[in-house]
Amino acid sequence: MTPNGLAVEIHDLVKTFGSFVAVDHVSMQVPTGEIFGFLGPNGAGKSTTIRMLCGLLTPTTGEARVNGLDVATQPEEIRRSIGYMSQKFSLYDDLTVEENIDFFSGIYGVPRARRAERKAYVLAMANIEEKRKALTRTLSGGWKQRLALGCAILHDPPVLFLDEPTSGVDPIARGAFWGLIHDLSKSGHTVFVSTHYMDEAEYCNRLALMYRGKVIALGAPSELKKSLTGHTLLELESGDPLATMRALEGAPGVSDVAVFGSGLHVTLADANAEAGMERVRQRLDSNGIVINRLAQIEPSMEDVFVAMIEAEERKAA
Amino acid sequence: MSYRRTRAILVKELHHIVRDSRSLIMALAVPVLMLVLFGFALSLDVDRIPTLVCDQDGTSASRDLIRQFQASRYFAITGFAATTDAIDRGIDRNQVLMGVVIPRGYSRDAGSGREASVQILLDGSDSNTASIALGYAETVVSNYSLALRSDMQNLRGGMRAAPPVDARLRVWYNSSLESKNYVVPGLIAVILMIIAALLTSLTIAREWEMGTMEQILSTPLRPVEMVIGKMLAYFLVGLADAAIAVLVGLFLFQVPFRGSVVLLGVSTCLFLFGALFWGIFVSASARTQLQAYQMGVLSSFLPAFLLSGFVYSIENMPRPIQVITRIVPARYFITILKGLFLKGTDLRVLWGEFGFLALYALIVFLLATRKLNRKLA
Repeated sequence: MTPNGLAVEIHDLVKTFGSFVAVDHVSMQVPTGEIFGFLGPNGAGKSTTIRMLCGLLTPTTGEARVNGLDVATQPEEIRRSIGYMSQKFSLYDDLTVEENIDFFSGIYGVPRARRAERKAYVLAMANIEEKRKALTRTLSGGWKQRLALGCAILHDPPVLFLDEPTSGVDPIARGAFWGLIHDLSKSGHTVFVSTHYMDEAEYCNRLALMYRGKVIALGAPSELKKSLTGHTLLELESGDPLATMRALEGAPGVSDVAVFGSGLHVTLADANAEAGMERVRQRLDSNGIVINRLAQIEPSMEDVFVAMIEAEERKAA
Repeated sequence: MSYRRTRAILVKELHHIVRDSRSLIMALAVPVLMLVLFGFALSLDVDRIPTLVCDQDGTSASRDLIRQFQASRYFAITGFAATTDAIDRGIDRNQVLMGVVIPRGYSRDAGSGREASVQILLDGSDSNTASIALGYAETVVSNYSLALRSDMQNLRGGMRAAPPVDARLRVWYNSSLESKNYVVPGLIAVILMIIAALLTSLTIAREWEMGTMEQILSTPLRPVEMVIGKMLAYFLVGLADAAIAVLVGLFLFQVPFRGSVVLLGVSTCLFLFGALFWGIFVSASARTQLQAYQMGVLSSFLPAFLLSGFVYSIENMPRPIQVITRIVPARYFITILKGLFLKGTDLRVLWGEFGFLALYALIVFLLATRKLNRKLA
């Protein structure tokens, strides 16, 4: 626990590779015990930020502290107090589950007296006891993912950095994994987790949305959804989605039309839902399109992020 | 440096080695294969030189000379040619390496005490063999002519004259001058250099390729611990290789061993440390296993084979190359091995070589650790 109660503090952090700015003046704070989600498309700079926080990369400029330790000057101390799970589940395929655990236990310097207890804890947490003698390469994605998490927390670090831990894993295993993250947070661990699955944002206490090296939104999921006020989101189903899209795109008051499942999501630049829906109805009527269903809906995180990224791109253009 | 973390690396590497049984078998079988192939093929002995004789004299004296060649183990007379052209053809077709032409009038000249000449034709395209063959042929001919002269003086003067100077040669350490006796100790050094450097050259590049390096770098593990842990694991394999190579040398090739077994053990360990650290250094410098492998082969095999004095003697190299050979560890290890196997020399003579091997291992260890350190940033 740090004096100011912050597990991660980032101030004006910049990382450039040659002329490419991977992380562009990022600032944020993560209080101890929080599940902090780091969202954004691939290549947005999430991994680079996490690597700097783990002491794997040196920041070009700016400052970052993990557990009150400076990443630029105290990387050794930081490595002792963090757990890191990199994008690929970095386990040794030709070692058994137990051998992987013993290896990481050794290099994290877990005291001999606590090793058996930590190993039992990790095997139970990852629900992988029956596979302890299995070669890691024979495990499916979900098992590997939980084992990799287990190996990263053998030394019981207060802060965990998980870089896209759920990529390439089936939805059920993803759900189970978020359950583990939740448990870790309840026991006082700070979890800093990146993902490009927008639906996973709901599991986080707070979120940062990263896009092209910049944080373009920061806050709790509910707050971010509120930021979409001033807009109305409609769900629309019709016989001919393609014709409907053509009819609505560029229509006055319509800011976006996107295919969503079997229907369409229509964003209106107007808070008055009733008036807006009436206008949509009239426009489709005049085009001879039959509406099967039209209703106002709560925006999902994905809608929020799509809207924000589009706003960001309009700003840039 | 933490014992616990170093041990974790060592145990992990041993698991890798045992699980990858195909590579392990290769690592243990390759030295035997190389020793047998090189040991038999790389014979620098010149004997049973295929020779064609053209006897234009056709007398008992010329036949006597031919018998001298037949009696020597260095020559094998494969046939008789009617003309010198036949010898040319034989050499052109690689059927023979040498031709002996005894001209008409040889026995008359020899019998009358005048100078008699014999023509030796050699295939100079293999200059090494040709010059050795020439030496042997000259010896045969001059010995024979000396014997002839003394016989003649005998006939004339009655007193049997002794040849003017009789050199009694004794070759030390390798009395039969068999090349296997110095090829095998040299080979052991070359083989250990290659195997050791290749064993470790993949280990760090593989961690980069698999993505496990990134994971490891986020832990408190230090480069020193990683270098030492990995080296120790492959050291065990290297030691097994060394034992196999020495045993094959002693029992299959019957190379004598006259020195101290302890010194053999110590020098092998020092040499292996250096070679293994070199492999780790190469591995830390490359990002892919392929690159590491190629760099490992080039940087271990070529100097150990060409610049160590194993095949080509260092004294005959141009000065700048001679200077380079001074930093080739195999050169010093070969000197130690030849000393121990053939001469029975001890530390009073070999301390400089031991010192160099120790220094080399230390320097390469520091380089490897530094190289790994740089990658952490």
